[in-house]
Amino acid sequence: MLSRTADNLFWMARHIERAENIARVLDVAHRTSLLPLDVEGTEAYLWYAPLNITGCAAGYEEKHGLARASAVTHYMALDPDNPSSIYSCLKMARENARTARSAITSEMWEIINATWLELNRLSKQMDDEKFSNFFDWVKDRSHLFRGVTLGTIIKDIALSFIKLGTFLERADNTARLLDVKYHILLTEKENVGSSADYYQWGSLLKSVSAFEAYRKIYRDVISPLRVAELLILRDDMPRSLHACMNEVEAALIEINGSAGKEARRSAGELHAALHFGRIEDIFKDGLHEYLTHFLGQAYSLSQIIRDAYLARQDRFETLPISRAVQTQQQITS
Amino acid sequence: MDRNVIKHFNEMYENNAEIRDIYQQYQHWQSQLSTGTLERKSTEAELLFRRLGITFAVYGESSGSERLIPFDIVPRIFSGSEWRRLELGIKQRVRALNAFLHDIYHEQEIIKAGVISKEQVLGNAMYRPEMIGVDLPNQVYAQIAGIDLVRVSENDFYVLEDNLRTPSGVSYMLENRNTMMRLFPELFSSHAVEPVEHYPQMLLDTLRESAHVSNPTIVVMTPGSYNSAYFEHAFLASQMGVELVEGQDLFVHQQKVYMHTTEGPQQVHVIYRRVDDDFLDPLVFRPDSTLGVPGLLDAYCSGNVSLTNGVGTGVADDKSTYFYVPDMIKFYLGETPLLSNVPTWRLSEKDDLKYALANLPELVVKEVQGSGGYGMLVGPTSSKAEIEAYKQRILKDPANFIAQPTLALSTCPTFVESGVAPRHVDLRPFVLSGKDIRLVAGGLTRVALSEGSLVVNSSQGGGTKDTWVLED
Repeated sequence: MLSRTADNLFWMARHIERAENIARVLDVAHRTSLLPLDVEGTEAYLWYAPLNITGCAAGYEEKHGLARASAVTHYMALDPDNPSSIYSCLKMARENARTARSAITSEMWEIINATWLELNRLSKQMDDEKFSNFFDWVKDRSHLFRGVTLGTIIKDIALSFIKLGTFLERADNTARLLDVKYHILLTEKENVGSSADYYQWGSLLKSVSAFEAYRKIYRDVISPLRVAELLILRDDMPRSLHACMNEVEAALIEINGSAGKEARRSAGELHAALHFGRIEDIFKDGLHEYLTHFLGQAYSLSQIIRDAYLARQDRFETLPISRAVQTQQQITS
Repeated sequence: MDRNVIKHFNEMYENNAEIRDIYQQYQHWQSQLSTGTLERKSTEAELLFRRLGITFAVYGESSGSERLIPFDIVPRIFSGSEWRRLELGIKQRVRALNAFLHDIYHEQEIIKAGVISKEQVLGNAMYRPEMIGVDLPNQVYAQIAGIDLVRVSENDFYVLEDNLRTPSGVSYMLENRNTMMRLFPELFSSHAVEPVEHYPQMLLDTLRESAHVSNPTIVVMTPGSYNSAYFEHAFLASQMGVELVEGQDLFVHQQKVYMHTTEGPQQVHVIYRRVDDDFLDPLVFRPDSTLGVPGLLDAYCSGNVSLTNGVGTGVADDKSTYFYVPDMIKFYLGETPLLSNVPTWRLSEKDDLKYALANLPELVVKEVQGSGGYGMLVGPTSSKAEIEAYKQRILKDPANFIAQPTLALSTCPTFVESGVAPRHVDLRPFVLSGKDIRLVAGGLTRVALSEGSLVVNSSQGGGTKDTWVLED
């Protein structure tokens, strides 16, 4: 497969997954804001979380100043100036799909294109009450895209690159979500075990569609330790770090190729740590430290993948350049 | 030609009264439709096209704007026998054009025989000396040709122009059919319409045959996703199951062409390129081109890669060479041309220039190198001031222009705001030349949507129609 095509498939999947994750983050922020939380400047405090998760706090502050519910929501959902807004992500996903058009099925393209057209229609008539439906719509479109992808594309490396993008992005997001939420929640020491705490953790779980899974697996009160275990180490939980890295590692093995040796090694290492990790150890060293470390490793893995498969320039160096230059000189002379 | 006596041939209504046989059944079906059906279907078609993303970019409009080419839901219908006759003429013409291209880059017999002047060929800006002596598989230069035809009466068709560089529009032919079948399945059970869906397979076969090796790696090369025909490039690549590459994906090493893949460099044998000659190779052509591949022409001339279409075909399809195509048919094939040229005045000739300048309000004047309907004068529909301004342009460089009578292009019923009304049409069949010459029945019908307009180009507000050839 063409490197440029692989690059576009990878990013198409990442952008769609990212749009879904932003919708999830905003959705949970909305739910949380409806709950009692006695902190000074509650609104700003709460609404920095989604900005921090997606790394767009600086851009927001420059434009709007203090975090306010409606401004943050709009900035993260629909602002074309924000490169990680849902709007921008879906726009870029469409550009990626358009560029890789011949490598995806027409059904996939239609979903992405129709999503983009609908987004432009929706964004013109959006108001605060409609956002909740909007987030559901974004999630639905993402689910639909994944379903259509699996239902129509042949199982070759195009699909592997799509999976790679999807699950690297998802792992990144789950780690960020857990990190930021954990900070907010832990400031409420006096609330531990209270009903407020229950709702806070509950909304975090809901944001990653894990509430029902938690109830099913633990059948007990919601505790930070178990939430972290579920979202980090359980491989049967579709949005956990472990489950995501399962998929990433499998995709890299499918893609194969000698250039990907380092990528496979690095993914294998990350995966093994999750596979054999214990939640008690993670908490002993500090959850925040653990997640920061994970995010760094995930980032460097995606750089390695880029260098191995997706970039064009780097591959040029593997060629005997001097001879290529000579050939060119012969032509011009 | 006196424009007052021009009568437009209406393809559905003979003498604007009786329905021609070939349209009987369709017309009957249409007359049974409840009011509003056509309008509803037309809206539905537009939604389909938008959802499929069948859009094109318009040069000179605000950045990144995407427009739909309007699709008309009334099909244009030919009988099988009408089509067979056209098909023979089209094949004959393309065969002669390819023979001409081979000749002018080899023995130049046609010049030696005095049929066409040396200046006309070698002095043409599109003549590529780099191609002299280069042997191409099957001696075919234009593997994909688009021959634009217009109809002026029941039996008279003219060739308006030949497109031998990178003719586009075939994806619309295919999607138009697709859309018609989705919107009006009942029409296809009542009419035996010859299929066009196998075009991509025929194209793939033709590309395979243009290779120097037996099991070639084939790619489609696009200038990029902002090109006006990008949709088509991607469409054809995916229909054929081959990679869609840009110049940046390719490189030349020891006169061979490779693409950057996730598994490392992979050699490419056939490039169906939708990039103009000028942009193919910055080492030989435009040095500022970033769309091409350095060293590509050298690899091509060494026989290590096939380009379709070949380099240097532009010399055969420009509007001053057009004049000689009937002579080529006689010269190379020893046959009488089955399709006529439009009478053409070459303004490089003194007498022709004099005639044209005196009759501009009746004529159509085109630039020799022009395409896409840009930069032409349609005398009868232009104001005095426009004609005067154009006259000044001609006088500056007469050799750059040709003039033709304003043809009475045939009309087809077309669904427009005021209902179903006649609009002018042309036809572009797509001709594939490999070991054999192949084409699917029909082609792309383009329609000028504004009343009275004769310009069908999509860049000038034209639309398209599904074209039916009915089995006899």
